[in-house]
Amino acid sequence: MPATGLDEASAPTLVDLWQRMVRIRRFEEAATRLLRSGRMPGVLHNSTGQEAVVVGTCAGIGPDDYLVGTHRNHGYPVARGADLTTLMAEVLGRAPGVCKGKAGEMHLIAPEVGAFFSSGILASGLPIAVGTAVTARMKRTGRVTIGIFGDGASNEGAVHESMNLASIWKLPIVFLCENNGYAVTVPASYAVSVRDIADRARGYSMPGHVVDGEDPCAVAEVIRAAVERARSGEGPSLVEAKTYRTVDHAENLPSQPYRSDEEVAQWRARDPIVTFRARLVAEGIASDEELESVAKQIEDDVSAAVAFALESPFPAPEALWDDMYVDARLNRAPAF
Amino acid sequence: MRELDYLGALNEAQIEEMKNDENVVMMGQDLRASLYGGTGLLDLFGEDRVRDLPTSETACVGAAIGMAMTGLRPLIDMGMSSFCFVAFDQFVSQLAKVRYVSGGLMKVPVTVRIPLMYDNGVGVQHSDRIHPMLMQIPGLKIACPTTPADAKAMLKTAIRDDDPVIFLEDSFCWGTKGPVEEGEHTIEVGKADVKRDGEDVTVVAIGRTVLFSLAAAEELAKDGISVEVLDLRWLSPIDWPAIFASVEKTGRLVVVDPAVRICSAASEIAATVGEERHDVLRGPVRRVTSPQVHSPYSPELEKFIYPDVPKIVAAVRAAAAIR
Repeated sequence: MPATGLDEASAPTLVDLWQRMVRIRRFEEAATRLLRSGRMPGVLHNSTGQEAVVVGTCAGIGPDDYLVGTHRNHGYPVARGADLTTLMAEVLGRAPGVCKGKAGEMHLIAPEVGAFFSSGILASGLPIAVGTAVTARMKRTGRVTIGIFGDGASNEGAVHESMNLASIWKLPIVFLCENNGYAVTVPASYAVSVRDIADRARGYSMPGHVVDGEDPCAVAEVIRAAVERARSGEGPSLVEAKTYRTVDHAENLPSQPYRSDEEVAQWRARDPIVTFRARLVAEGIASDEELESVAKQIEDDVSAAVAFALESPFPAPEALWDDMYVDARLNRAPAF
Repeated sequence: MRELDYLGALNEAQIEEMKNDENVVMMGQDLRASLYGGTGLLDLFGEDRVRDLPTSETACVGAAIGMAMTGLRPLIDMGMSSFCFVAFDQFVSQLAKVRYVSGGLMKVPVTVRIPLMYDNGVGVQHSDRIHPMLMQIPGLKIACPTTPADAKAMLKTAIRDDDPVIFLEDSFCWGTKGPVEEGEHTIEVGKADVKRDGEDVTVVAIGRTVLFSLAAAEELAKDGISVEVLDLRWLSPIDWPAIFASVEKTGRLVVVDPAVRICSAASEIAATVGEERHDVLRGPVRRVTSPQVHSPYSPELEKFIYPDVPKIVAAVRAAAAIR
């Protein structure tokens, strides 16, 4: 078996890495159909083309580690094996959704499998990730936090504050930059002062690594090493995964063209699901038939999730006030 | 009864709550050097639980949120209200919303100490009375105690509360002294307090203007005008039953608020009483606020801005004049 950087006894198999990428892709394709057919509100931030970063990261962390994600977050709970039905119900704003329909697609979480939190404001989740790492350190839980951000967020002040604080306190955190080349439409090549965002790690006295974000094994290997370093008390790292979203920033958010068809085509040719499948077959790890059968199962799971979500009720009107406070007496309109 | 000053009362609350619960952790700038009077904490609780921060307001609030989501109870100190603007994303998009957006999966027991420092020559960028902006954010609880006894009890309430609590301190009150009972006392979230009983005019006041309103009431009593002073204490949630009960008795309302006038706490209270208790009001609700202007450095300009005893006296006289 090729080197995966994974502990072979406990880590997902290579086929499993692939199936997790397919699971994300099919989940998002189904959501996209629901959006386009008017059955889902709002917009949809798909991670098409970036799935290898997601599954590689999820394969590189331990069962109790924390993922703190971004607006482009669907992949993490899906890759960690969360129940698709309640995730899809959340996407449709239904009552049985993971967050009872209050969160929607920008904040999909599954804390029970480590997809702890995700935030729709760029870089806004990173200070919170620093906080979960403070708790892990103070309570000596051994948990490591992965604080996720993108190339766009890399220019936010919150990144600087978070990395500096994590560094001076030597916190158990790995900063993962999913560099997909564009902040909505603005290219990183224009907006970021360095070629590799990982170079900025030096400013915080932490190691910085660049990894091919289209290769799930390479991502898993780098993340695992950074996580182990953090777990052993040596402090934070910055990992920059070079990747690309082959779809727009969000469905339902039209823009003028901002990148060439050739560029998109070049990256589509590196689609991690296609290339990793070819690698599995070429190296004799799995046959086409086996992979087809895996893919079929995923399609069934996603169809079941969509059916569940569509059949699920919307929250009752009185749920508007639920969970404003822990203090339940405040969870209603003032009665004058 | 023994007397404590306001900061001493707060420090006693901090020490008691940190002894009560090892999950209570303090963070802020200049904590270890006790810049604002939090004496003895480092010696008692050590560097792990009394954390000096770099100048990073966003990281301070955000880290506190992440700590609270994972089982700690952070007590953070913003140093000065105006510094909150640097971290406003964390206040608005995270602190207030984490519980709601998680459908109740998360709780965020963070207490944020925020001094309101104004009327002492600190200039345009350090004098903001930010409470109306914070009151606009659903999901926060907002305390603003005036007396040392309330300060101690309400800080203990805040630290024990499972929701995020903004704890505003009118810095004018820091040096004031008052009786503080020994032992465990808390104050229910949202409970206002009648600081002086009266019959003719209700004055609802916030922060140091409670003290000014009490002084005004004393002066007005000499002229036979009986003023009831209601210390709001909690700006969120607002104690509407207490306000309505007082207005039903007096039929006249003056609201005093050190914030600038537009969309102030006073404006909200005036509007709501106007809508909900129009039938018992004998005349218009009057607001004593700051005008919509910055706080200049020069004391000869700054002195015009804030509610003071003469302005409160004048507003109450105008209200009482309507029979």
